[in-house]
Amino acid sequence: MTGFTRRRIVQSMLFGGTALVLPSGLIAAEYGRGEGMPWSPFKGEPPYHGTHADSFFTPAEREAVAAICARLIPSDDDGPGATEADVVTFLDRQMAGFYGRGQHWYMRGPFAEGTATQGYQSRFPPAMLYRNALAELDAYCRTRHDAVFAGLTEELQDEVLTGLDEETLTFESVSAKTFFDLILKNTIEGFFADPIYGGNRDMVAWRYIGFPGTRYDYRDFVGHDGAPIQLATVSLTGRPGWSAP
Amino acid sequence: MTRELPGVDVVLVGFGWTGAIFAEKLTAAGLDVLALERGPWRDTAKDFATTFAQDELRYYWRHGMFQETSQSTLTFRNNSAQTALPMRHWGSFLPGNGVGGAGVHWNGQTYRFLPSDFVARSHNEERYGRLPEGMTVQDYGVTYEELEPHFDYFEKICGICGKAGNLGGSTVEGGNPFEGPRSDEYPNPPMEMTFSQDRFAAAARELGLSPFPVPSANMSRAYVNPLGLQLAPCTYCGFCEKYGCGNYSKSSPQTTIIPVLMQRENFTLRTETEVLSIETAADGSRASGVTYVDTSGETVFQPAEIVVMCAYPLENTRLMLLSGIGTPYDPRSGEGVVGKNYCYQVMSSATVFFEEEFTNGFVGAGALGMTVDDYNGDNFDHSKLGFIGGGYIACHTTNARPIESHPVPEGVPGWGSEWKRAMRENFLKTTTVGVHGASMAHRSNYLDLDPTYTDAHGRPLLRMTYDFTLNDRRLTDHITPIAEEIARGMGGREVKVNALNGSYDSTPYQTTHNTGGTIMGSSPADSVVNRYCQSWDLPNLFVAGAGLFPQNAGYNPTGTVGALAYWAAEAITEQYMRQPGPLVQA
Amino acid sequence: MSGRPASRLALAIAAGLGALAAATGPATAQELAHSQVERGRYLAIAGDCEACHTDFENGGAPFAGGRALSTPFGTIYSPNLTPDDETGLGRWTREEFHRALDEGRDDEGRHLYPAMPYPYYTLMTRQDTDAIFAYLRSLEPVAAETPENDLPFPLNIRRAVAGWKLLYFENETFDSVPDQSEEWNRGRFLVDGPLHCGGCHTGKNWLGADIDDEYLRGGLLENWFAPNIRGGENGGIAHWEVEDIVEFLGTGRGRHTVPMQRMGEVVAISTQNLREEDLRAVAVYLKSLDDAVREEHDAPEAARLETGAGLYFDNCAACHAADRSGVPYFFAPLDRSNKVLAENPASAIRIILGGARTQPTEAAPSMLAMPPFAWKLSDAQIADLLTYLRGSGDRRAAPVSAAQVAEMREYLAQEH
Repeated sequence: MTGFTRRRIVQSMLFGGTALVLPSGLIAAEYGRGEGMPWSPFKGEPPYHGTHADSFFTPAEREAVAAICARLIPSDDDGPGATEADVVTFLDRQMAGFYGRGQHWYMRGPFAEGTATQGYQSRFPPAMLYRNALAELDAYCRTRHDAVFAGLTEELQDEVLTGLDEETLTFESVSAKTFFDLILKNTIEGFFADPIYGGNRDMVAWRYIGFPGTRYDYRDFVGHDGAPIQLATVSLTGRPGWSAP
Repeated sequence: MTRELPGVDVVLVGFGWTGAIFAEKLTAAGLDVLALERGPWRDTAKDFATTFAQDELRYYWRHGMFQETSQSTLTFRNNSAQTALPMRHWGSFLPGNGVGGAGVHWNGQTYRFLPSDFVARSHNEERYGRLPEGMTVQDYGVTYEELEPHFDYFEKICGICGKAGNLGGSTVEGGNPFEGPRSDEYPNPPMEMTFSQDRFAAAARELGLSPFPVPSANMSRAYVNPLGLQLAPCTYCGFCEKYGCGNYSKSSPQTTIIPVLMQRENFTLRTETEVLSIETAADGSRASGVTYVDTSGETVFQPAEIVVMCAYPLENTRLMLLSGIGTPYDPRSGEGVVGKNYCYQVMSSATVFFEEEFTNGFVGAGALGMTVDDYNGDNFDHSKLGFIGGGYIACHTTNARPIESHPVPEGVPGWGSEWKRAMRENFLKTTTVGVHGASMAHRSNYLDLDPTYTDAHGRPLLRMTYDFTLNDRRLTDHITPIAEEIARGMGGREVKVNALNGSYDSTPYQTTHNTGGTIMGSSPADSVVNRYCQSWDLPNLFVAGAGLFPQNAGYNPTGTVGALAYWAAEAITEQYMRQPGPLVQA
Repeated sequence: MSGRPASRLALAIAAGLGALAAATGPATAQELAHSQVERGRYLAIAGDCEACHTDFENGGAPFAGGRALSTPFGTIYSPNLTPDDETGLGRWTREEFHRALDEGRDDEGRHLYPAMPYPYYTLMTRQDTDAIFAYLRSLEPVAAETPENDLPFPLNIRRAVAGWKLLYFENETFDSVPDQSEEWNRGRFLVDGPLHCGGCHTGKNWLGADIDDEYLRGGLLENWFAPNIRGGENGGIAHWEVEDIVEFLGTGRGRHTVPMQRMGEVVAISTQNLREEDLRAVAVYLKSLDDAVREEHDAPEAARLETGAGLYFDNCAACHAADRSGVPYFFAPLDRSNKVLAENPASAIRIILGGARTQPTEAAPSMLAMPPFAWKLSDAQIADLLTYLRGSGDRRAAPVSAAQVAEMREYLAQEH
């Protein structure tokens, strides 16, 4: 290594040498040329998107979503469900963020229905798919059962959801099946995601199934030989055993 | 207005595993190398530190490190009678993005293809007679023996943990008895196995099979590679595939090559630059460089003496088509080569549910597993079976990340109380025996440019036309029952078989092993590049990656991708630099 | 530039540490063979001159000065050492240069601020300083004005330094201790002279002068605590063997810890380029320094230990292992770490808050980083974690309070 290179690296490590300024005003970030790996103290990308309070749903939508989630992952004798995990808050934040906006998705037309193997083909990003589907769902329930979805009995709610799942019930503006598949997937996400995203409150879902959470070292447990492993469940922001922040 | 920059010796399009390999070898040979990467800079402490790397929602479900389909995707259809529609978000596979590419978020299963895999047509025709019409399987043009030193070096760069089964032609106990002869043992011993692997190995042995440890890029101990770079011991946290490794214990371009590269004066990396096309010199004799667009939207022409395509196979194929290099493949006539022989992987599995025992799947690693090769490649007699190729059967414990993995027994509904209870009862008590099958090329499976859909720059998307073939179905029908038999011997309460049925579905995640499109071979009539991965059309254009595979073998591709990159880099430094021009006369 | 063969580190691990010992050769013969310029270059490396006399932050030329050095009294800018007539040492004579290193006076006889480690360099001989001067004269002249120092009254009066020197500066020459080996004496010369280890590792009084009783027992500089580097029975590195010290300084990696941040800079610029027999001499000398028996601290209350242990296991085991044994040469073992167990926990606190990174060396080019925990752990949590680490081994150090962590957090917020 030349002395020059060594100095450049010292420079980058002491002063956080990030991207070089490019000749001729190019916009791209440039690295290398003996600079070493960019690094500086405190620099990191901890979770951000969906970790703070944010909202997309109207009160009525929120009520409907909470009711759907509560039937997809019910609270029962066996343990907590989507309600205890506060999945609806998770969904509200997700729909308000880049995910709900479909910001990272390919959303150019033309739009066509496609085959089952071609995946999501709605012209709506997730949040608007929810909005349209929820409106039609409540309209359907009012017509058929004289109450919004959230106001139905659990039995009737299950019946309606089964209709969506099995495609016996369809919507005009969006695919009812696409909506059902998406909200089921999102509900499972919210139930099991790190609590930092608003769902899985107090790690109820992880504790329910015995997942120890965000641990990063199981070296001492590789030889478990089929025996259960007792470890406190921990999340990205800690667990009850940590000192109070 | 396109701005022209001063020329460089080498420009690399894409900076994942193969980009890092070429950069290291070519800068060491004294060349001035510039890598262009579409995505951002990524490194351990900043982008996937132990303080937040274990975040299932962010990295898998919200695609934290994958290419965004809003930037570029592809369209898909099962056959040419259908209209291809865009993959609006990823499903079946997950192309990487950013420095290190998918090498950041791979599992680390690092196999060598079998000697017979490189001569799939000649070997199988010699043994079983002519291959069926439409099966466009062909030889690589390079042999296992030629690649062996490069497999060996890539394994040493990565510190692969495993057990040799064939050292210089002698069978070694505990390794894979079917593998090609190795010049050296793996640089590190196998990982420590868990309960599931112990049960799998015992059941496999009971059936007369030969289980061996999956060659792993998750470290069984601390290691220093030939470049002096350090890897730490794996902690079995279960966040490998789709995640970056927070404690330097998984081989990646970041851990095994890039730090050395970044200390060399003759290496430059420009991120957030998307290459739009490979430019051809006016006389059509060579590539003159590449045109890229930066984040401001300005287009830039970067001249180069040598261009190496190191992007993901799907993007390499698309770039060649967009640049008008090589003859596009035409499925009707069978003529043309670019986009030909797109292949994938034929996956099935058998899940074991235990009653008493805990599998504790969260104690895992991307390449933690035991596997058998008795039904891979041509390791078994295919006479009268009606298919060629095979697959490994393995029991991995890669993770129990709960959004992704919560298997429930047969007959349990997909939601509601019954599902919830079944999930709770089985979460810690299941393991899976998987079949990882070869995908043989067929005339009807290919890549071309979509006539309708365009990307953010207005360029046509790639179009994938793909379905499982008769060979695939016969292969999986033959091998899946063997996986089931092993699974039934593992002492569980019940076994659920997840067979390969129906058409290829682009939505559920299967594997990111997309191959072909820029295939290698012995003649310009049936391949895009020659045996040195050099374009038949433009001798200063080289191609890397699994797009080179004329068909996909029953293994994870990265080991072979790495070996081919070192092989081609050596061809550049040892042959091309001395006498630039075609290394094989057409 | 070419790919390098198996690194020194790899070789050392493969061949065992004995290999390093075997490689040691006679020192003086080789040294004599060097030209004066080469000898000067070597001493300049040992003295780490380049580190202070290069404005890295602004991409300054090597030895052209201008680096801002923050001292407890204000900011001092290092002067230009290149032979530029107007802004550098171009018009200096050998005598004037010797006087600077030996007496701490510039070419006009003005006192130099002791940020310049002449209290250490004074141990060098006239031959030594002439050699360094010859080396500096061989550099390309760079025109670079040195910014005005930013010091408050009365420190901005250079004559004030005279008083300081009267109190704390001794124009010493190096005298060998006859009943010690040649190696030991060479080590002492290097440590106290050109390497000026005490500049960081010796405690300072309120005027920034070394406290004799604190010699190499650890010191605080810009809120980094440079740990105790005495190698005797009760010293901070009692558990380090001579080979460990040689390896640490020579390769930038070691069994017990790896240099990061400030010490990483020293290893990267200076010690990795020193001859092995010199590093060995340094090690032999450091190992000879015993220390007073450490003040014993009581074990912290059980509840706090338990909380800290949980925080440790949940946050730190991924690298430093559940039993705190670390991964030698990679992740520091924390059970006997002289940084963790230092009387002053400053370095440990700030590394947890902001992270740290190893420096690449010839032998070990990896740049391994510990991530920052500032976003994740509260002051109380870091305090409990450190209290556990400091309170649960054979050697104990005092508990850490949340207020100490808060203070450091605030200090670093201003710095970054």
